[in-house]
Amino acid sequence: MTAFLARLLGRLPIGYLQLMHNPGRLVAALAGVAFANVLVFVQLGLAGSMAESVAIPYRLFQPDLLILSPLESETLSDASTLPRQRLFQALVHPDVTGGTPIYMARSTWLSGQDASSSIQFFGLAPDAGEFFHDALAGPLVSLSLSDTALVDTLTRFVDMRSFADATPDAPVPFEMQGRQLGAVGTVSIGGGFGGDGVFLVSDQTFFHLFPGRSSATPSHILLALAPGADPGRVADELTRLYPPDTVRIRPVTTAMEAEVRYQMTERPTGLIFAFGVAIGMVVGIVIAYQVLSADVADHLREYATFKALGFRQGFFVGVILEEAIILAAIGFWPGLVFSQLFYQALAYLTNIPIFMTPERAVAVFVGTILACALSGILAMRKLAAAQPADLF
Amino acid sequence: MTDTAISVRGLNHFFGAGEARKQALFDVNIEVGRGSLTILMGPSGSGKTTLLTLMGCLREVHAGSVRLLDRELFASDEGTRIDMRRRLGFIFQAHNLHDSLTARQNVMMGLQVHGRGDPARHVQAADHLLGLVGLGERLTYLPGNLSGGQKQRVAIARALVSNPDIIFADEPTAALDKVSGMAAVRLFRDLGRTRGTTTVMVTHDPRILDLADRVVTLEDGRIVEDRRASLPRNITPGPA
Ligand SMILES: Nc1ncnc2c1ncn2[C@@H]1O[C@H](COP(=O)(O)OP(=O)(O)O)[C@@H](O)[C@H]1O
Ligand SMILES: [Mg+2]
Repeated sequence: MTAFLARLLGRLPIGYLQLMHNPGRLVAALAGVAFANVLVFVQLGLAGSMAESVAIPYRLFQPDLLILSPLESETLSDASTLPRQRLFQALVHPDVTGGTPIYMARSTWLSGQDASSSIQFFGLAPDAGEFFHDALAGPLVSLSLSDTALVDTLTRFVDMRSFADATPDAPVPFEMQGRQLGAVGTVSIGGGFGGDGVFLVSDQTFFHLFPGRSSATPSHILLALAPGADPGRVADELTRLYPPDTVRIRPVTTAMEAEVRYQMTERPTGLIFAFGVAIGMVVGIVIAYQVLSADVADHLREYATFKALGFRQGFFVGVILEEAIILAAIGFWPGLVFSQLFYQALAYLTNIPIFMTPERAVAVFVGTILACALSGILAMRKLAAAQPADLF
Repeated sequence: MTDTAISVRGLNHFFGAGEARKQALFDVNIEVGRGSLTILMGPSGSGKTTLLTLMGCLREVHAGSVRLLDRELFASDEGTRIDMRRRLGFIFQAHNLHDSLTARQNVMMGLQVHGRGDPARHVQAADHLLGLVGLGERLTYLPGNLSGGQKQRVAIARALVSNPDIIFADEPTAALDKVSGMAAVRLFRDLGRTRGTTTVMVTHDPRILDLADRVVTLEDGRIVEDRRASLPRNITPGPA
């Protein structure tokens, strides 16, 4: 290893030899780097799961559709309603081939003594499978029977095991909103930060459950477009069709991205997570700086001797970069493993969609190397200013 | 090129600032000829190390003039000082070896400061110098496994390996036994005769004085005596 690095660097690998010389200090430094990594990963994971949980309900829809929402709504679930009339008006457009209304409402499921889950209900037309995720088309049909539901196996705070075998032939009964319902199947959607689970019912069942709601005022409307139609253009043309400032029309994926952005930058929860990421990064950088400046301080006398021999600042920067890269590159892996375990524990305990993504791993790896390198260069500055004789 | 390796004129040096400001050197003047062996003597705290580090480019010269190999150090920039350091060999009061490098690697650093070079040649040169100071059997030892005297000899090898024009040595023999101490000083003197290497050395060792061309004595930051070997000696060190 020494010979290889010596060839690579064109000098003795002082940084590497220094790190290997003191295993105790090496382990402590690596632990520091790994800890900084875990901190950043956890914060990014939480923020990512927040974004992911915002995105989940949009994934129920076919991604190439347009979604019509009330103008004042930024989110899918907290929206007010819009007239179903908008659907018929849209069908006039030559590129719109069909549409279906979506009804949404929340309910609380009292699942035990003092346990309750917040359930997001979707009321959907059972024959509108083509508008939804391919996996839903079949199960949706089974909702045509009145007072049936597809229940979410990932619902938090509820033991969903009794629903595992629910079928249209053997519905599993349960009660919500004061009505007796039968689960005729399951979906695996999961809650997020906004709720604990998602149940799907037919539009007719939805009106039974929420008598205050009417078929004339859906929460959103999904529109299917002719093959090859440009969703952006159609959205613009439809907007002009309606009275000004009445409805917001966007491709599903655009609406999803907009809500993620809104939830992350304008809502308290999202801001807290964004803040957490910022704090995590700052603390991570501070730890990296501590590790490397402690290392410089430990070797100051030795560096001063090298300085007395006539080495330039560039040499010392090279040595500390060598150490920084070694520490970052090794410390990252235990950090990654611990973060992964933490994600799994958190996902298991809370059912929030938290998981490692390759992009995040790469970004944190690169960030770690940069943070360590920058910290090292900063830490080396005190050597640049010092006279060698003052350091012995 | 003149025959003067070092020329110090009107050198004053202060430590600290304000109330704590303390003068360590007072109007020091000294000329050191090329190839000579000069010894600095004086009680502890008299300014020997300060003078040596000023001449050795390890401290900035603030007041007065120090010319080293015809380059002025007063108000010099860091680049000049770095260039000069590369032409010097400094042996420190404490050996100042790098703990994680072997004896050989420590000596090699004295060569690597001059650039990449051929690693095999570096190893060869380092081993040769370590052999000269009697450590041919300890090439791959870490400093932690060497005695104080052995470490000091590694430091001597490191200072000599790049064929410096001037050697500055701060009590190099303190950690050495009689034999290797004398051997080291003879080495310096031989380098002076064969290569013109100039040596300025701090020592308290009376036996070494006989090998010197010149003995300069400092007291309280002032030169109080400057003796040439050619002059008759009228003082015998030690109790009568
Ligand atoms: N870095 C420093 N800061 C303040 N005072 C110093 C420093 N180095 C040396 N001195 C003072 O300068 C004087 C000369 O010190 P030094 O050159 O080390 O003497 P010597 O080497 O002859 O024992 C002493 O009084 C010492 O206390
Ligand atoms: Mg001293």
